[in-house]
Amino acid sequence: MPKRKNDSQGEEPARAAVSGQRGVTNMTAAGISRRSLVLGATTGAAALASAGWPGTAGAADKLVVGVIYVGTRGDFGWNQSHATAVEALKTVPGVSVVEEENVPETLAVANTMKSMIELDGAKLIFGTSFGYFNPFMVDIARQYPDVQLRHPTTLWSADKHPANLGGYFAYMDQAHYVNGVAAGLSSKTGKIGYVAAKPISLVLRTINSFMLGVRKGNPGATVKLIFTGDWSLPVREAEAANALASAGCDVVACHVDSPKVIVETLERRGVKSCGHNTSQAALAPKGFITGAETKYETIYKGFAELLARGEPLPNVAIGGYDKDMVTSTPFGAGASEEARRAATEAIAALRAGQPMFAGPIRDNKGNVIVAPGSALGNYAPELETANYLVEGIEGSVT
Amino acid sequence: MRGADELRRAAEFVVVPALALAISAAIFSAILLAMGQSPAAFFQLLWRGAFGTAFSWQNTLQRAAPLILTALCVALPARAGLMIIGGEGAFVMGGLAAATAALPLLGWAPAPLVLLLMAIAGTAAGALWIGLVGVLRHRRGVNETIASLLLAYIAVAVLSFLVEGPLRDPASPNKPSTHPIGAETMLGPIPGTSVHWGLVAGLIACLAAHVLISRTTTGFAIRIAGGNPHAALGQGLPVGRLLVLCCLLAGAAAGLAGFFDVATVHGAANVSLVAGYGFTGILVSFLARHNALAIPPVAILFGGLSAAGGLIQRRLGLPDATVALLEGVIFVTLLTSETLYGRFAIFQPRGARQRP
Repeated sequence: MPKRKNDSQGEEPARAAVSGQRGVTNMTAAGISRRSLVLGATTGAAALASAGWPGTAGAADKLVVGVIYVGTRGDFGWNQSHATAVEALKTVPGVSVVEEENVPETLAVANTMKSMIELDGAKLIFGTSFGYFNPFMVDIARQYPDVQLRHPTTLWSADKHPANLGGYFAYMDQAHYVNGVAAGLSSKTGKIGYVAAKPISLVLRTINSFMLGVRKGNPGATVKLIFTGDWSLPVREAEAANALASAGCDVVACHVDSPKVIVETLERRGVKSCGHNTSQAALAPKGFITGAETKYETIYKGFAELLARGEPLPNVAIGGYDKDMVTSTPFGAGASEEARRAATEAIAALRAGQPMFAGPIRDNKGNVIVAPGSALGNYAPELETANYLVEGIEGSVT
Repeated sequence: MRGADELRRAAEFVVVPALALAISAAIFSAILLAMGQSPAAFFQLLWRGAFGTAFSWQNTLQRAAPLILTALCVALPARAGLMIIGGEGAFVMGGLAAATAALPLLGWAPAPLVLLLMAIAGTAAGALWIGLVGVLRHRRGVNETIASLLLAYIAVAVLSFLVEGPLRDPASPNKPSTHPIGAETMLGPIPGTSVHWGLVAGLIACLAAHVLISRTTTGFAIRIAGGNPHAALGQGLPVGRLLVLCCLLAGAAAGLAGFFDVATVHGAANVSLVAGYGFTGILVSFLARHNALAIPPVAILFGGLSAAGGLIQRRLGLPDATVALLEGVIFVTLLTSETLYGRFAIFQPRGARQRP
């Protein structure tokens, strides 16, 4: 899950340039004179006077949904995975969406939410960054009991938090398990790499699931793990990808906010890659295997439809393949035939609820995690607090 | 006669920035027209989002509060001729120290005592952090700009290390934080508003800094040391000590801002403290020409711009960078406008000669 990204600014001017392109051509054709400036200002004012506030968020009968992003919507990663789903939400009739990007996890996000509620009339708000929840979304939920707020984590608990707040969570570890199955069978050397952001439970869990997937089809394979230290450090991510390629890994997977740089670097080095969060297939036409993608569309559209029908929203909505909340990127050229078949089977098994953590499972220090003959369900609470790496991973939690 | 002259001088400091703001508005309008957007709609939204409603004002002041204190972290050393750009580090260390100081007191000490000790710890940590830069400058001749900037990165690394390691609250598996100080200990907002007390602290600090710089012999000595350190040394002024003093006070201001961020917003130290307040403070201080009294209005201008940014983004569908672009235009125009000072005869004191 992302934290504020200082480097996301770099992409903005490019976006501005793109969105302004039409205007730029007009300008060069007509030239800017003082007269056109004044003319523009007066027509603007006239439009304003006749239509009320510019771009008013929607008619009174529309359901206004606010979405807040910590970075830019086109980051090839976490934020884009939400933005893609929001595009689908916009197609729901009777829904009007207001979006704000690059909102840091400070008082700024509290103010953005208030502004959406007070000035735009938002009735449902999705705050999509981890650090938005406590204290900001909790406070706003208490302040505005008639507004629904939802956060993409499992942090909400009925005894601690207001009832108009809640969580939705896509169990990406299931999709990483499928990544692992495909990666293990697409690797020739059995040496696989993994670039991860931080050694926190959420990330450790996806790495462990990946490893279990790898060993499912390729029992002798190992995974070399590098932590970059934060959610979005493109330079470190490129260094890590290069280091793993140089260490002889022929497949590398990842869990960072935006794997763009990793996937591009690996493609240049001739190493196969697995994606994360959203589709990176276009970045690696030769080496892309498959990717773990969230499918928030299911939640966003579902929630908007529930509210439109006047039905209450669930406080907790979690799921993986079984609830259509995660999906795998269509196979790329890097996936072997065997990998495609095994990964497709793995998806079907997960959809049917077959557990990934079936014993015996040890951690990479030899401690027993799951005893032989027993299994942890895919939503077992023990997995939420993982602080170990399973056998086969070359790396350390600290 | 003298009174009229002073009025003329004062008018110059109001008219020139106002002119610069008008010019930046014109430049930005041209950019908006080129993007096919209506400048009138833009500025209406800007006004509404920043100052148009009671909520907008609170939003603006909330954003301005930390900037006032971090701008002081630049302004004070600047008067002594030092360019400190690492206020972010003092802010982070202040927040970290404040959260850490609370740990042994939670559960038994009364909230006001905990807050007082947190404030002292935060202020002291910030003061020592930038004070170190002053000492390095004075004793070893280390460039204070680079030293303070690099120390800011070290501060962030120290914060990450401590909150992910020794100081981590085990109940924060996915967002490493120190143990929260708890809602009962946290400092509430100014009654009747949602603005926190950091704003008041900032205003008091600016006033105190103004008195120090303009109305005391120490301040006079600081200005001489900043104007010409060799001449100051020749006069027997303790230049080194003055530099270190300015750095200590500067760091204290940023550290205090860090304390307020923990005590009023986050309730614990974590990487959310690293939000760039220290760096935005540099812009605020430069636009205020390192004048402590000009810092609050400039900080409010910046707070207003960022408060309106969201509304503009949502209503006009403009990218987030639009407001950053406007800030950039204002920044460049205001700095360029500095060359206008002393060029208009109307502002010249009638009793004095023309300025060179």
